[in-house]
Amino acid sequence: MSRTYAVAAVAAVVVATVLVGGFGLRISRTTSDFYVASRTVRPRLNAAAISGEYLSAASFLGIAGLVLVHGPDMLWYPVGYTAGYLVLLVFVAAPLRRSGAYTLPDFAEGRLESRQVRRLVSVFVVAAGWLYLVPQLQGAGLTLKILTGAPGWLGDVLVASVVVIAVAAGGMRSITFVQVFQYWLKLTALLVPAIFLVLAWQSDGQPRVHFDEQLSVFRADHPLYATYGLIVATFLGTMGLPHVVVRFYTSPNGRDARRTTVAVLALIGLFYLLPPVYGALGRLYAPELIHGGDADAAVLLLPERVIGGLGGDLLGALIAGGAFAAFLSTASGLTMAVAGVITQDVLPSRGVRHFRLATVLAMCVPLAGSLMVSRVPVADSVGMAFAVSASSFCPLLVLGIWWRRLTPPGAIAGLLLGGGSAFLSVAITVSGAVRPPGWPHALLAWPAVWSVPVGFLAMVLVSLATPGRIPPGTNAAMSRFHLPEAL
Amino acid sequence: MSAESTPRREVVTGVPRRVRPLPRYRTQSEIDEQTALGGAYVRSLMRSQLRAGLTAFTVLAVVVGTLPLVFEALHSAALVWAVLGFAAYPPLTLAAWWYVRRAERNERDFARLVEGRPAQ
Repeated sequence: MSRTYAVAAVAAVVVATVLVGGFGLRISRTTSDFYVASRTVRPRLNAAAISGEYLSAASFLGIAGLVLVHGPDMLWYPVGYTAGYLVLLVFVAAPLRRSGAYTLPDFAEGRLESRQVRRLVSVFVVAAGWLYLVPQLQGAGLTLKILTGAPGWLGDVLVASVVVIAVAAGGMRSITFVQVFQYWLKLTALLVPAIFLVLAWQSDGQPRVHFDEQLSVFRADHPLYATYGLIVATFLGTMGLPHVVVRFYTSPNGRDARRTTVAVLALIGLFYLLPPVYGALGRLYAPELIHGGDADAAVLLLPERVIGGLGGDLLGALIAGGAFAAFLSTASGLTMAVAGVITQDVLPSRGVRHFRLATVLAMCVPLAGSLMVSRVPVADSVGMAFAVSASSFCPLLVLGIWWRRLTPPGAIAGLLLGGGSAFLSVAITVSGAVRPPGWPHALLAWPAVWSVPVGFLAMVLVSLATPGRIPPGTNAAMSRFHLPEAL
Repeated sequence: MSAESTPRREVVTGVPRRVRPLPRYRTQSEIDEQTALGGAYVRSLMRSQLRAGLTAFTVLAVVVGTLPLVFEALHSAALVWAVLGFAAYPPLTLAAWWYVRRAERNERDFARLVEGRPAQ
């Protein structure tokens, strides 16, 4: 019985996404509408859209799963995902908006006046986007498998196709409405079942959740180092995530970009109060997930376990719909960003038709990846995308906005040494060439602690060594970034 | 920049993003023309904005940098739970709100300086 409800909920979310996207299609008329919604999205609407886009499979399923398996230390993930916006706010939000660029490569070229840097940044945007897309698709596959017993690949393919259709048809304007809708859907889909679960837990005699016992599963042999690696990656990586950055360009001006960010912090903070509840209850009611099994499924399984009956089925269906909203919204934002870069920097001429072709390209590679690569816990693989972003885009944005002596060779050195080494570490970890016990694995699995300083140092030192290459327009760019638009 | 000297008409498509008014104040034209004085104005704004940003970031870094050590020392799951699960979010939003007020005040002060109005 529960299958019917869950399938209906997933179908409803998919149809609603396509319909809301179609509503945007009618008002998406100009190229500017298509890419950045003509920069007219007001703070509140934009904040809900950013939050809707940001709360991915990792937030919806992954955090609860990790808390269930490894204990409350894993709550650094949601704190880091949120605090990343504070760092973004204080260093890049307003200047990035005022730079007037469409994408990160646009920013790099506008600031450093170098095609080479632009191309390199494009490569990193596409790489980080793909890294982040794979777990979204795999999460969808897992969800559909658990809910309906469908083969694992079906969910991946379903989400990939819906996203390609929605993005290719409506572009950014329609995505704004889709994301706003999905933020509230995701919040409701976790909040309502959580209330019922907590009530059921209370009538169950409020059994205590034990995290101190030795049940916790070995995660890293250097847990403190891993925690710091996670903190650095999430705090500094948020500002460079391609789907986050592109949304700031849709604000009307720098001041609104700042206010948007504050609202985002409040909205995602509110959402992150919920996954830990599922993690703790999962520990009580789905303890078999601690050892083996897909812990990411905890959120989906709880209503049936704790409440059962028709109520459990309905709440489970609500969660399933929310989970699909999470996959769809993050995946469409990422696809939008990656496709934008492919259109401008890879395909020959610009235009909306090429954008549609690029959308297909942007989704094909991660889809292939999600079907071939074995599963890593969702939150962990998302953490890897953050590490790459923190080591490449964070130095580029922060130094590009605040430091006049940055040069194109410096930027290239920083991107290659910082971002490149983080990317290699992630690739080695995923390939399984270096196995857990010992420092080599810890250093490669949580590279941000060393790769972020490497990126910054390389950028600063090489820039200082090439003072003749400071772009002539640096002062003009600085004025544009920092002066209020009204002047 | 007179219209008569333009050799031929060109069709420009697209919506103009913002009509930039002619500089009304001397300081503003200094900035627009990128003179040494104008550069100094921009630098002063950047310095005050960077100071606000670094203040917020330093507080965040110090608190977050020491928290894992505190958790490690106290070994209390309940504490980790309370801090990371609930207590962390309001201060983050408050810090963001403080920064935005500070940054907007810096911009207002700068606008007054440029327009030659006395500080209120």
